[in-house]
Amino acid sequence: MIAEHFPILVILTPLLSAILIPLVGMIRRQLCWHVAFVASHIGFLISGWLLLRVRDTGRISYWLGGWEPPWGIEYVLDDLNALVLLVISFIAFMSVLYARKSIEAEIEPVRIPAFYSIFMLFVTGLMGIVITGDVFNLYVFLEISSLAGYALIAANRKKEALLASYNYLILGTIAATFILIGIGYLYMVTGSLNMADLRERLPSLYHSKVVLTAFAFFTVGLSLKLALFPLHVWLPNAYTYAPSVVSAVMAATATKVGAYVLLRIMFTVFSVEFDLHVVSITSILLFLSLTAIVAGSVLAIAQTNIKRMLAYSSVGQIGYIVLGATIVNETAMTGSILHILNHALMKGTLFFVAGCVIYKTGIKDISGLKGMARRMPFSMAAFTIAGLSMVGVPLTVGFVSKWHIALGAIQADMWYLVPVILLSSLLTAVYFGRVIETIYFSKEPGAKKSGSGLNEPRGRAGVQEAPFGMLLPTLILAALCIVFGAAASTSVSYAGAAARLLLGGM
Amino acid sequence: MDVIHSATPLYAVAVSLAASVLIALSGRMPNLREFWTIGASCIKFALVLSLLPDILNGRTIECPLFTVMPGLDLSFRVDALGMGFAITASLLWIVTSFYSIGYVRTLRERSQTRYFTCFSIALSAALGVAFSANMFTTFVFYEIITLCTFPLVAHKESAEAMRGARRYVVYLLGTSIVFQLSAILLTYDAAGTLDFKNGGIFPETVASAQLIIIFVLFVAGIAKAAIMPIHSWLPAAMVAPTPVSALLHAVAVVKAGVFVIVKIVLQIFGVDTLAGIGAGMPLAYVASFTILVASVIALRKDNLKARLAYSTVSQLSYVILGVALLTPSAILGSFLQIVLHAFGKITLFFAAGAIYVASRKTEVSQLDGLGRLMPFTMTAFAVGAFSMIGIPPLGGFLSKWYIAKGSLEASELPILLVIAFSTILNACYFMPIVYRAFFKKAQTESAAAHAAAGHGTMAWAGMREAPALMVVPLVLTAIATVAFFFVPSIMLDLARVVSADALGGR
Repeated sequence: MIAEHFPILVILTPLLSAILIPLVGMIRRQLCWHVAFVASHIGFLISGWLLLRVRDTGRISYWLGGWEPPWGIEYVLDDLNALVLLVISFIAFMSVLYARKSIEAEIEPVRIPAFYSIFMLFVTGLMGIVITGDVFNLYVFLEISSLAGYALIAANRKKEALLASYNYLILGTIAATFILIGIGYLYMVTGSLNMADLRERLPSLYHSKVVLTAFAFFTVGLSLKLALFPLHVWLPNAYTYAPSVVSAVMAATATKVGAYVLLRIMFTVFSVEFDLHVVSITSILLFLSLTAIVAGSVLAIAQTNIKRMLAYSSVGQIGYIVLGATIVNETAMTGSILHILNHALMKGTLFFVAGCVIYKTGIKDISGLKGMARRMPFSMAAFTIAGLSMVGVPLTVGFVSKWHIALGAIQADMWYLVPVILLSSLLTAVYFGRVIETIYFSKEPGAKKSGSGLNEPRGRAGVQEAPFGMLLPTLILAALCIVFGAAASTSVSYAGAAARLLLGGM
Repeated sequence: MDVIHSATPLYAVAVSLAASVLIALSGRMPNLREFWTIGASCIKFALVLSLLPDILNGRTIECPLFTVMPGLDLSFRVDALGMGFAITASLLWIVTSFYSIGYVRTLRERSQTRYFTCFSIALSAALGVAFSANMFTTFVFYEIITLCTFPLVAHKESAEAMRGARRYVVYLLGTSIVFQLSAILLTYDAAGTLDFKNGGIFPETVASAQLIIIFVLFVAGIAKAAIMPIHSWLPAAMVAPTPVSALLHAVAVVKAGVFVIVKIVLQIFGVDTLAGIGAGMPLAYVASFTILVASVIALRKDNLKARLAYSTVSQLSYVILGVALLTPSAILGSFLQIVLHAFGKITLFFAAGAIYVASRKTEVSQLDGLGRLMPFTMTAFAVGAFSMIGIPPLGGFLSKWYIAKGSLEASELPILLVIAFSTILNACYFMPIVYRAFFKKAQTESAAAHAAAGHGTMAWAGMREAPALMVVPLVLTAIATVAFFFVPSIMLDLARVVSADALGGR
C-alpha cells in the first residue's frame, strides 16, 4: 500500500521536485513553476491525509529503510507535528501559487529555475524538521532549510538583501552549531538519537552537567532560530529585503518550525518536570517572551517600512507562542499551538498583501499607502482582516489564540500576564490602526476632490489590483483568518490534543 | 419561564447586514441605494415588533447560532430588556434613514455609499448587542459597533474629524480590549460560563474581592456608557455628521453601552450578588458625579452639538444610576430612561442638524429668533428639551419619576437630591436655547449666510425650514415623546417584565 509510505513521500515529493526543476528549466523555463506547484500541492494533500489519519488511529511511526528505532531513523506523526506539517505544506502551496507573478517581477529570468529549486529544498527542510523523530536527522533538515533560506533571501536584486542574508547566515550558523553541540552532548551520555528513546533514557541523567549543558545549547540555539527577543536581530532585515514571497513563507513557517522544535525538545525529549523543577527554564523563557511581546510591538510602531513593521510584529507574535508554552497548562499550551497556525495565516496574508502592493506600485512605505483602498480594494480588505486578526478582534483567528493564552494564564494564577497580553493587543492596534487608517482615509496625493456627493466617482478605472495568481492565495488566507476564527472548534480540539501530548506527564 | 425557539432574531440582525451589501453594490444609483436602507429599516422593525407579543407574555426567544470554540457560543436570546433596546433602535432607524437622506443630499456629503453601508452594519450590530444570549456575543457585536462607526465619525476626513475619530476608537477599542476582555476572561474562569441569566451566574464560592475586581473592570471596560472619566470620546465624536450623532451617539452606540452595563448588573452579577458585595452604591455615586459634572460642563458649551453631547453623558448616567440602586422602581426607571432618552435626544440632534442645514448655524448664541424662521424644528426642539428636563406631560418625566422613586425605596436621600439638582441644571442649559429661539429678536444676518443657506431649504410663509425629509422625522419623534407620557403602557409593560425578571429570584 502506498499510503503506508506517505510519511516519507511527503518529504520526497518536494525533494525530488527540487532536483527535477533545474532539469525542466533547461527545456522550458516556464514549466518550473508547474512542477513546483504540483509538488507542493501533493505535499499539502498528503499532509492533510496524514493529519486525519493521526486523528483516527493515533501516532504513526515510519521506519526508514525498515530499520528499527532507536537504531534506524524514525519518522513520527502525532497530534502535534501532523498539525504543524499541514500548516507548513499549506503555506508552501499557497506561496508557490503566489510566487509565479511575484518572482517574475523580482528576480532575473535566468535565475527562476534555481529559485524554485531552492524554494522546494527550503520547504523540504522545514517539513523534514517537523516529521522526523530523530534529533540528528532534525539537524540535517535544519541545515537544509537554513542554507536554502540564506539563498532565498539573497535572491532579491538589491544589495541590502545580500547583507541581510549574510547576517542571517552568520547567526543561523551559530544557532545550528549550538543545536548540534546539544545533540552531541545528549548522544554522548545516552548513546541515542531517537527522541522517544531519549525521553526514556534522560530522566535518570537529569542532574548530569552534560545534560544541563546540552539543554542550554538547545535553548539558545533554538531561540536564535525562532528569533526570540533579544536574539531576533537577524530577522527584520531578512524579512524586509527578501523577495516578497520569501518574506511571507519565512514569516509564516520558518519561525513557527523553530517554535515547534523548541516545544518538541522542551516537552517531549525533555519533560515538563525537567523544565519546571530542574532548570526552571520556563520562568526564563516567560520573562523573555513577555519582553518580546512588548518590545516587538513597540518597535513595530516605530517603523515606516511596511515589511519591516510586519517583521517586528512577528518578533512580538513569536513571543506569544513561547509565552503560551511557558505558562505550562493545557489551555495556554493550546493557545500557543493555535497561534502557530493562526499566526501563519495572519502573517502570510499580510506579507502577501505587502508583496501585492510592491508588485503593483513599488511602494514600500506606509505613508505611500494613502488612498490605496480605492486602487487595490481586495488586497486592502485582506490586509484589514488580517490586521484586525492580529489585534485580536473576536471572530478572527487572533482572538482564539489570545483567548486561550490569557485564560490559561488566569487558570495558572498568573494574573499579571493578562494586562501584558491585552496591552500588547492595544499596541498592535496602534500600528495596524495607523496603516488601516492610511489605507482608507487618507486622500491620494494629487487626487481631485470628489465633486457632487450623489454620483461618487466609484469608477473601476482607478482599480489596479494585483494579478489573480497573487490575489487568490492572499484572499484564501484572509478568508481562513475568519473561518478559523469564527468556527474554531475543530482547530481548538486538534491543538488541545497536541497540548495534552506535550504536557503528557501532567 | 417559557422558551421559544425562533430564527426571527437572527433575521432581524441579518436584514441590515444584507442591506449593507446591497447598499455598497448600488453606490452608483443613489435612489436604489436609499431604497435598500429604507426597506431594510422597515423590515427590521417589523421583525422586531413580531417578537413583542411573546415577550410581553413573559416568554423568552432563543436562537443559538454556532459555537466559536468550546465554551464560547454565538447565540441570541431575546428578553424584555433586549426587546426595549431593539424596538427603540430599529424604530428610530426608520426615522433616521429618511432624515439622513435629506441631510446628506442637501449638504452634498461625500462618500455617501460608505456612510449608508456603515450605518446599516451599525444597526445590525446594535441589535446583535440587544439580542445576545451571552457576554461573548455581546463583546463581538460591541466591537463591531466600534469598528463600523469609525468611518462614520471620520466621515469628513478633515484633520479635526480624524482626530475625533481616533480618540473615539482609542477610547472604545482600548477600554474594551484591556478592561472588558479581562473582565470576560475572569468571569469565564470564575463562573465557567458567559450565558446571561437573571440573578447572576457566579457560584457562591467566588470570593467577593474577585467579584469586585471583575465588576470594576466591566464598568471601566464599557466606555460606550460614557461614565466619567472615560466620557471624552463622546464629545470628540460630535465631528460626525448630525444623523450619525443623532442615531449612534444618542441611541445605538451609547445605549449599547448602558444596556450592556444593565445586562451585567442584572444578568451576570444579579441584584443579590451585587448587593452582597456592596458594589451598587459606589456605582450609583460615580453615576451621580457624572450626572452633575457633565451637566455643569454642558452649561458652558456654546456649540449646540457639544452641549447635547454633554447632556447625553449626563443622561446616560441616569440609566446607570437607576440600575445601581438595585430596587424595583429604579430598575424600571432605568429601562424607561434607555427608551425615552433615545426619543428625546434624537429629536434634539435632528433639530440641531436641521438648523445647520437650513442656516449653517452651530452655536447656541447664534440661535436668536430662530423659532420664527423654523417653527416646526424649534417647537420639536423645545419638546425634546422639556422631556430631557423631565417636565410632564413628556416622556422624560416618567423615567425620572421611577428612578427618584427607586432612590426612596433604597433609602438614599442624597441620590434624590442629585436628581433634583440635575433637573435644575438641565433646565439651565436647555431653557436659554428655547428662550433665544422664541423670545429674542434675530440678529441681522450676513448676506453670505443667506447665500449658503439657500440650497434645498423650504421657504414658505416667511419660514426657512430644512427639507421636509428632515423636518417630518423630527416632528414625529417629538410627538412620540409626548405620546409616551399619555400612552406609557407599551414601554411600561415591558419595563415591568424587566423589573420582575431581574428580581424574580427573590
